[in-house]
Amino acid sequence: MADAPASPGQLIWLKLKRNRTAMFGLAVLVVLYVSSIFAGYLAPAHYATQNREVSWHPPQLDDLHLFDGDGTFRGPFVYGTKRVHPAIAEYEIESDVIVELDFFTRGDTWSFFGLFESDLHLFGWSDPKRPVFLFGSDLYGRDILSRVLYGSQISLSVGIIGILISMSLGMFLGGVAGYFGGRIDFVLMRFIEVILSIPGLYLILTLRQAFGQDLPSTQSYFMIIIVLAFVGWAANARVVRGMVLSIKENDYVTAAEALGVSRFNIIRNHILPNTWSFAIVTATLYVPYYILSEVALSFLGVGIQEPEASWGNMLKDAQNIRNLTDYPWVLVPGFFIFLATMAYNYLGDGLRDAADPRSKV
Amino acid sequence: MWTFIARRLISIPPLLLAVSFITYLLLYVAPGDYFTRLCDNPAITEEMCAALRTQYGLDGGFWKRYAFWLINAVQFEFGYSFKYELPVFSLMAERLSNTLLLSGTSLVASWGIAIPLGVVAAVFQGKWADKVAGFISFFGLSIPRVFYALLALLFAAKTGWFPTGGMRDQIAWDDFSAWEKFKDVAHHLMLPVFVVATAEMASHMRQMRAQMIETLSKDFVRTARAKGLAYWSVVWKHAFGNAVNPLVTQFGYSLAALLTGSFLVEVVFSWPGMARLTVDAVFAQDEPLVMAAVMMATTMLVLGNLVADLLLAAIDPRIRLE
Repeated sequence: MADAPASPGQLIWLKLKRNRTAMFGLAVLVVLYVSSIFAGYLAPAHYATQNREVSWHPPQLDDLHLFDGDGTFRGPFVYGTKRVHPAIAEYEIESDVIVELDFFTRGDTWSFFGLFESDLHLFGWSDPKRPVFLFGSDLYGRDILSRVLYGSQISLSVGIIGILISMSLGMFLGGVAGYFGGRIDFVLMRFIEVILSIPGLYLILTLRQAFGQDLPSTQSYFMIIIVLAFVGWAANARVVRGMVLSIKENDYVTAAEALGVSRFNIIRNHILPNTWSFAIVTATLYVPYYILSEVALSFLGVGIQEPEASWGNMLKDAQNIRNLTDYPWVLVPGFFIFLATMAYNYLGDGLRDAADPRSKV
Repeated sequence: MWTFIARRLISIPPLLLAVSFITYLLLYVAPGDYFTRLCDNPAITEEMCAALRTQYGLDGGFWKRYAFWLINAVQFEFGYSFKYELPVFSLMAERLSNTLLLSGTSLVASWGIAIPLGVVAAVFQGKWADKVAGFISFFGLSIPRVFYALLALLFAAKTGWFPTGGMRDQIAWDDFSAWEKFKDVAHHLMLPVFVVATAEMASHMRQMRAQMIETLSKDFVRTARAKGLAYWSVVWKHAFGNAVNPLVTQFGYSLAALLTGSFLVEVVFSWPGMARLTVDAVFAQDEPLVMAAVMMATTMLVLGNLVADLLLAAIDPRIRLE
């Protein structure tokens, strides 16, 4: 077995492993996705839990200590804060009050994709009256850290599911158009031209509007995916068509035809596998586009609706210039969007180099 | 060449027709219409609503309405905006010029910086200039525009060096002299242009660098150097002209994106351009305005792509358009 030649997939992986930036991107993505899967457990609170008496509380991450003033080890804790005035969202630190963070606490109930429910959290607030906001809180006193975690479930999955749909659609329709040619090809290509000639955001906005404005949260989630996939498949289909046109000239395709293999099986077994490396690279490079489109829609107020959290609709709070200047931690989700897009770009670039047959192992 | 242009131009009207059909269909199937909110008001009787809808041409079936729109559109009659009760073109003219001011300035700035920087990065490959350029391009490619614009806005608000949105001073504008007006708009323009330009610059610079590195390794560059020509004259006169070709196409695409490239940045900076107008029009279901905006943006995109192809053919004699 040791002498068996490496499969194309193994070759790509071998090359990718040596690319440090690509592996860094991959590592960041693994961390982001794993924490989004276990968001309910990692988040100290539910995304909709409000603590109105502590609205716009500044982040306490920089106030996190392990040792108290006497040098005694206390475990992670922050100093308590007191609201200056009920009407003003300003807080001063009470250096004599220590609020410890407890581990493996019971708190808000969360559900693991509807499979089971639990109220166990990795960490929580020892005193419910004194919530600890590591990333700060918003207008309703909701924990931004928890909302970022829950929001990642939406923002990160939109990208993956969206690209899966548009890629499969693009590969299938592009494959059919390229292989059969003729009238199917003509009609499909004209349709793709039409879609591609409408500027992206205009098409996304009008498509989104066609679904009506007041959608329940699950529906608006699927609506976003459908809209983005519909806009996204066209470009993929066009490239796949071009690839199929050249692949089908190969002798092995003629041989398969001569052997009487059905056209569907030829496309599936002999042609499409050759486009996979393109598909994987493009998919990786295009996921940020889907993530950013969700952000754009939610930011404009027609994506994911409150109280549900997504990175885009959390950034909406920053549209108000007062919020932005007085409570700059509303930008925290933006940092995570940046992180995710950067990681995808790194990984995608690495994959593109690795999938290039001219590059060396 | 001329047949190529003619064929491309001929293909544009059917394309626009298809785009208008799809857009109109999407607007038609969207639940409710411009008057839905108004008619929810109990003070407005059903008869009044029906009369309004008849008056604004919202009562017919899809084909009737679309045909009506189309017959007017081919005569360049795009109707009146429901909301502003103004002809859509006079409404869009000012917004359009504002958007073009922002995106045009950004276009000039981003290309003006990206090209020399890309060349310098290629020439000093691996040196600190290359690393700085690499960092800038990485940053510009990865940072989400919305986030970037918000950060810039925060910077403006905290330092007070730049206005926090809008295009002109709201209070003193009318008293300004022409020169002061120019300065005021330029001041408002700086930050959004900076955001759009640095973000756009990233990919241009990266491509310029890659092309330049490839060209500099070609034989004719070595020959020119061997003949004793000065290094920088070889870089600019021999290598640059050959390396810049693929970027010409990209420049054409930048032209095509003039209307839409700065969309979200406009929204964040409350720039009185097409973005805000279009977003509001789509949400308010202001049909004539949405149709006109989409048609105009599409025309720009299609023409821009055509220009991209023509530019490439114009500077590269090896390319023959058929």
